[in-house]
Formats: sequence, C-alpha cells, structure tokens
Amino acid sequence: MITDLKPLSKLWLPLMLLAIFAFPFVDTNPYHVDVMVTTGIFMLLALGLNVIVGYSGILNLGFAALFAFGAYTYALVNIHWHVPFWIGLWISGFATALFGILLACPALRLSGDYIAIVTLGAGEIVRIALNNLDTITGGPNGLLGIDHPGLWFPKYQFGVKSEPYYFLVFVLVLGVIFFLKRLESSRLGRAWCALREDELAACFMGVSPVWAKLSAFAIGGFIAGLAGCVFAAKQGTVSPDSFDFVVSVMVLAMVVLGGIGNIGGVLLGALTLSLLPEFLRGFESYRMLLFGLAMILMMLFRPQGIAGFVRPKEEYRPKKITSPK
Amino acid sequence: MKSNKSLSEYPILTLKNVTKRFGGVTAVDHVTFTVKHGDVLGLIGPNGAGKTTLFNCITGLSSPNEGTLYFGDSQVLLNRLYPYQITTKGIARTFQTIRLFKNMTVLENVMVGAHTRMRTGFWGALFRPRWVKIEEKKITAHAYRLLQFFGLSSKAQLLAGNLPYGYQRKLEIARALAADPKLLLLDEPAAGMNPTEKEELLELIRAIRGRGVTVLLIEHDMKVVMPISDHVVVLDYGKKIAEGAPKDIQNNPHVIEAYLGKGARQ
Repeated sequence: MITDLKPLSKLWLPLMLLAIFAFPFVDTNPYHVDVMVTTGIFMLLALGLNVIVGYSGILNLGFAALFAFGAYTYALVNIHWHVPFWIGLWISGFATALFGILLACPALRLSGDYIAIVTLGAGEIVRIALNNLDTITGGPNGLLGIDHPGLWFPKYQFGVKSEPYYFLVFVLVLGVIFFLKRLESSRLGRAWCALREDELAACFMGVSPVWAKLSAFAIGGFIAGLAGCVFAAKQGTVSPDSFDFVVSVMVLAMVVLGGIGNIGGVLLGALTLSLLPEFLRGFESYRMLLFGLAMILMMLFRPQGIAGFVRPKEEYRPKKITSPK
Repeated sequence: MKSNKSLSEYPILTLKNVTKRFGGVTAVDHVTFTVKHGDVLGLIGPNGAGKTTLFNCITGLSSPNEGTLYFGDSQVLLNRLYPYQITTKGIARTFQTIRLFKNMTVLENVMVGAHTRMRTGFWGALFRPRWVKIEEKKITAHAYRLLQFFGLSSKAQLLAGNLPYGYQRKLEIARALAADPKLLLLDEPAAGMNPTEKEELLELIRAIRGRGVTVLLIEHDMKVVMPISDHVVVLDYGKKIAEGAPKDIQNNPHVIEAYLGKGARQ
C-alpha cells in the first residue's frame, strides 16, 4: 500500500515547496498572506507542542507560556540592548528551551492528568506575571517599539509587509521539520515513543525518564521560542492577551485534530484550524459556533486525528540475510 | 549440563535477607539465595508467594526494606538504583502481563530494548553525525538478527499491538534480550501459552542460555520449570521454604505441602 505511493512521495516534496514558494506571488491579497504568516507561526507552535504531547505523551495545557516567554525574550533584549532579530531568534530559542526545562522540573514526578494541571497552572502564572510585572513587561500594555527584522546584504527591511515574514516563517517551519524528522527516528525519538506507550516498560529498557522528558520540553520550548520571536518581531508589540489560555487550547487542538505524533498531520491540523475561521467569515456571528461544531464533528468521525499515530517505520533493507540456521 | 564450570562457580546475583513489606504484609521475608553464572534458576511458589515482588526488588521497581542485592562480577549493590540504571548494569526483564509498546513496530520495540547499547544522546539525535548513522544501522541490524533468532523477522514492520498473543510473549523476551543482559528475568513467560508454544518456549530459553545469558524464571507450570531449571527456589508466604535441584524439589515434602500437591507425584 505504502510502496504504491513511492513514486508520488518523491514528487510531493518539491511540489509542496513550490506551492509554498509560489503562494504570495499567485495570491497577492496582503490579507491572505498575513493569515498564512499566522498559520505558519501556529504550525511552529503545533510542531513544538507535538514533541511534548505527541511524541512523549505529556499533556501540556500551558504551551502559550513558552510562546509568551519567547516573544517577551526577544522584545526585551531588542528594546534594551538593540539585539538584532537574527541573534534574538537564537536567544529566544535557547532561553525558552531553558524555561521549558524549568517548567518540566516540577512536572517530572507527576504523570498523566496531574502534569496537565501543573502545566495549566504554569501557563496562567506566566500570563499573570506578564500582566503584573509592570516595570519589566509593561503590564497589560505590553512592550512597544520592537524592531522588525532586516537583512544587511542585500539591505532590506521587513517592515510591516507580510511577504518577507511569510518566507521567514516557512523557512523556520521547514528547518524545524528537518530536525524533527531526524529526532523521530533516533534513539531519543524511540525513547519518547516508548515512554508514551508504557512508561514503566520504557524505564526497564534503560530509558531515563528524566532525560527523555527534559529533552522533550527543551525542544518543544526551543520551537515555541522561535515562534514567539517571529511573532514579536512581526507585530512590533507584545502584550499578555496574545498568550491567553485559548492559545494553548488552540495549539493542542491542532495537534490532536491533525494527528498526535505525526508531523504531516500536525501541520494539516494547524492549517485547518487557522484557516477555518477565515473561511467561515461569511457566517459572521455564527462563525465561532460553526468552528466549534466542525471540531466536534472531526473528533466524532476521526478520533485519532487526520493522521494519528502514524510514525515513519524503521526501515531495514538487509543486503544479505543469513537465514537463521 | 553446565558448559562452563569455572564461571558458574561465581554467583551473578546474590540476595541476602531481602525483605519487602507493604504495610503489615511481608511480601518477601528474609530471602537469601544466589544465582550462578549461566544457570537457569526457577523461582516457584503459590499465588501471592512474593515472586513478582522479589523480581521488582531486583529490577529496582520497589526497593527492599531490608537486605542487600549484589549483581555481576564486581558485585554492584542494586538496592538504591533506579530501574533504568539497573538495566544499564545488565539486568533485563519481561512482565507477567504483556507490556509491549503497542503503537510501535516490532522492530522498533526491539530497538528500544537496545537503548542501553547505544551512545546517541540529545545532540547526536538532533544533528545525526556520521557515527550516529553508523550506530543506527548497527542497532537496526542487531534488532533484526534478534527477530530472526525468535522467528519474528517477517513481522518486523507490523505494529506490536497487532501481533498474536504467542508472538507478543516472544517479542517481550526479544526486546529484553536486545539490551544484551547478563541476567534475564522472565516473569511467567508461559502464561496463556498452549503446549506447543510452551515447548517452543523451552527451546528458546535453552537457546538463550546457550548465548551465555543467565536466566531467572518465574513460572507456575511445572512442565516448564522442571525440565529447564538447573536450580529451583521455592517461596511461600514470602519465605524461602526450599531450594535445590529440580528432582529434590519435586520430592521435598515441604514443597509438596505448600504448592505442588498431588500433581508433582504424577
């Protein structure tokens, strides 16, 4: 079945890349491009959360905290020290990875629903802290005057147009996918998967749960940090209400709806849930009602998500198998 | 029967006065015995005798209240180690109820079993340098060979949860063996197997012993334990009531009273 698709699968990647590249040239409506930038940011977030929820099976209800941390990190280093975007991106990534590890520490001793509650609490604490640390974060007004990215050579300022962000965000998405693919079929990826399937059995296989879980939070945090940094740089401002609990739920819904643990599925989930509200605009005030209905229906008819739990299989093509006696 | 006399003089696992209490219940009560290199040691006893609790003490799932456990040539103290550390030392186990990673393929299950044989860490997995690629290939081949050994190689790409029961039992053992353990703990491997499968299992355990792995076996079925074991330890109410060669155990009045009953005299 899968082998039948082999010739197709070689084609779809270049086709996909071409489609992504061509989109802003074909569809010149700036609003559409802008929606796609948001979609791309949500794709990053969904990919990051997928490492935690999908690969390692830790239910995280406070992912917006990591997103917020990434955004505020870039905002602060940029405003105070004029750190350019390209360096801020790395700072945001690594700082958020560390923050993710910090958040994971209290959660390590817990399992299942209890971790979910801890992450939920952590998410709220971060939002409330951002609201109230007026001297650092500017409180509910947030931070203003964050630099947009620019290139030195050729000299180019991203400004407030959407197109450059579109390319930036999709380069990041592709880069993240590249590394996640590697992780998936590595010792660490298998350890995550084993941990999700049966934590006790995984421990008896020699998997250190602390190592695996902290790695998951670090990578999830890093990706969320990238997303946050791009978000802050594009908006030029950050404020706490962009990192509401609803964001955490939305990203989680993308992961679950698309297919837990599957990169393609998660991307599809992010695409669907970002674009669906836009397509439903014609229904005006019924929009969110229909959106909710669509989500319920999707879960009813495909509870495992669009492409749930399909992992790339470890291929072994033996050159010469010596038959077992 | 023992192929290597000189090695088998030394114990691979030494239990001294191991005691585990759960509240008022003493599940394992001052149990002392040694497991010799290259032996198959059968651990038998009626239901609730504390066999699995003893297994859990050895593998670090629960730490004993009293007593010491020493393992290996250098006789490492196991008492305060976590399960994954104990696996690293060279002890692998299977479970009474099957605990496979159901949504992973058969091959991947065995590759997870080989976790301790690999060096790839966080950065290695992320950047995949050449040595990591080579290691991946080696481990995949190693896992595949193991599946061949267990007659499961044709099922390598199936999801473990979709395997028939007998194969799942085998896969559990294959996964445990993938870590290249010195000591393999099998918790009722024959549970739910039919006579043919049990016969196969006996062959398999002999083959595993032939690979130089010491086996500690919990089993209810005397037809499995007696022919394969070099040495048998009998537990009852957490206490060791007898130990010795299978033949002596079969004729031991204490054991017959506690457990074997009439069936042993057949």
